[in-house]
Amino acid sequence: MRAPPNSTDLPVLLPMARPVRASEIGKVELGRAGLWAMLVVAAIGLIGEARAAPSDPGLLALLWKWAPLIFQGFLFNLLVSFLSMAIGTAAGAVLGLAQVSLLPQVRQASWFATQFFRNAPWLVLLFYCMFLLPFEIRLFDYVIPLPAWFKATIGLALPVMANMAEIVRGGVQSVPAAQLESAEALAFTRRQILWQIILPQCVTRMTPPWMNLYAILTMATPLISIVGVQESMSLTRAALNAEGRIELLVPMYLMLLVWFFLYCYPIARWTIRLERRFAVKI
Amino acid sequence: MAWTADQPLIALVDVHKSFGKTEVLKGITFSVAKGEVICVIGPSGSGKSTLLRCINALVPIDRGSIKVEGQEVNDPALDKLALRRKVGMVFQQYNLFPHKTALQNVMMAPIQVLKQDRKEVEERAHRLLRKVRLQDKASSYPGELSGGQQQRVAIARSLAMNPDVMLFDEVTAALDPETKKEVLVTIRELAEEGMTCLLVTHEMGFAREVAHRIHFTDGGRIIESGPPEEFFAKAKDPRTRQFLSQIL
Ligand SMILES: Nc1ncnc2c1ncn2[C@@H]1O[C@H](COP(=O)(O)OP(=O)(O)OP(=O)(O)O)[C@@H](O)[C@H]1O
Ligand SMILES: [Mg+2]
Repeated sequence: MRAPPNSTDLPVLLPMARPVRASEIGKVELGRAGLWAMLVVAAIGLIGEARAAPSDPGLLALLWKWAPLIFQGFLFNLLVSFLSMAIGTAAGAVLGLAQVSLLPQVRQASWFATQFFRNAPWLVLLFYCMFLLPFEIRLFDYVIPLPAWFKATIGLALPVMANMAEIVRGGVQSVPAAQLESAEALAFTRRQILWQIILPQCVTRMTPPWMNLYAILTMATPLISIVGVQESMSLTRAALNAEGRIELLVPMYLMLLVWFFLYCYPIARWTIRLERRFAVKI
Repeated sequence: MAWTADQPLIALVDVHKSFGKTEVLKGITFSVAKGEVICVIGPSGSGKSTLLRCINALVPIDRGSIKVEGQEVNDPALDKLALRRKVGMVFQQYNLFPHKTALQNVMMAPIQVLKQDRKEVEERAHRLLRKVRLQDKASSYPGELSGGQQQRVAIARSLAMNPDVMLFDEVTAALDPETKKEVLVTIRELAEEGMTCLLVTHEMGFAREVAHRIHFTDGGRIIESGPPEEFFAKAKDPRTRQFLSQIL
């Protein structure tokens, strides 16, 4: 007797499923879990809206009302993330290269600085910068003001610098010593070897961890609200205080979370793609 | 005193070198005349690579003297870069720059180090790639080339600096017999054109054909030297004989 199609219980007779790679499972599940969490939270928010008194404006309307202001705050978070990243990257590159210097004093000092800033809580560094940096700098006749947000940017740039230094050091040291030797035998100077031979080889390898660092920094920018800089987080809090409605809390923070997610998730995906591409090439 | 071409191009006298407590070179003395091809053979760990590295100042020596075209290498005031422009070196592991094409690998040092005109260098680089029979691989990256091809690019890269002497450190040791031949042919052509060569090699047949002199090293010393016919036919030292019996 022939079994009709699809009525069998034997797994071997069922059409074969597409094989899924282990790494893929993790990512797909994570992405899905994140989306589900958002949907659930959004549903709770809407239930809250349904229960609200009819005379009050709806929660969605309130969200809509505050969204532009909070979004401006969010853009400010991004601005701080760009600036911190730029400063941290530049300083970190120098610090990382100092760690492979020929001079032992330079090597040791930069190693110590790197370890110190890498193993300090970001918030503590932020507080230090807020209190230790002056509110203005005098240069001859010029007075350069240092607003709080700029000090906070420096505060965030410090841990970025230390992590960047590690990325650079690791990248430089990942280039085989034989490359250095053959370049030396061709009479290249140390500086030429660094810029023409070592760095071009490790830039590709340093890019994914550098992007990863940027994503982490972006997610850490709301920390500056704690030291009194107005950004998306503090604006959300202010909006909630102004409305005084407890059921607004969940959807409003959710809105902020979604923005960060939409910004950071593509970076994470792109990082993984680059990582895979370089892993194949090298 | 100015160096003249009738004096040895490279002259080593009682060269000593230690890494920590292990003495790798225990008094090496020999010289290389212009146009000569010298082969150094010896068991693994006898200090052959170290010896070559000392000659172009990649490794400092502890005692003794190395003169390249009359200039003392064991001198703190030595201009290492000037020395290395005269001494080309090719390594066992090719060490091409992986982010540059074959042509760029050959062009890089003359442009960056010698500051020569790019157009001229490019022409010469093409000529050199033709010489090592890789003219059609000019735009390939090292990762796309076989070991033997990479090694020939490495030779062309070294030749692009117009060195007065070439050092070869077991350049065929990582290659299979077929590709080995391509590289050995290239080196033999160089030798026949009169390039001064100092080779560390395990290719006895090749050494017998091209070398003017062979030095056998063991334990950081030169045990036995001689022209190839004499060296292979009537080696006197038991260590040399034992080594030859193992390898031939
Ligand atoms: N940079 C270094 N630091 C410490 N020891 C070293 C260094 N370079 C070489 N040595 C040691 O010196 C000895 C000789 O090494 P070398 O590479 O010159 O030998 P070799 O004759 O070229 O051997 P092989 O035939 O295996 O290439 C070895 O014992 C090696 O461990
Ligand atoms: Mg060796």
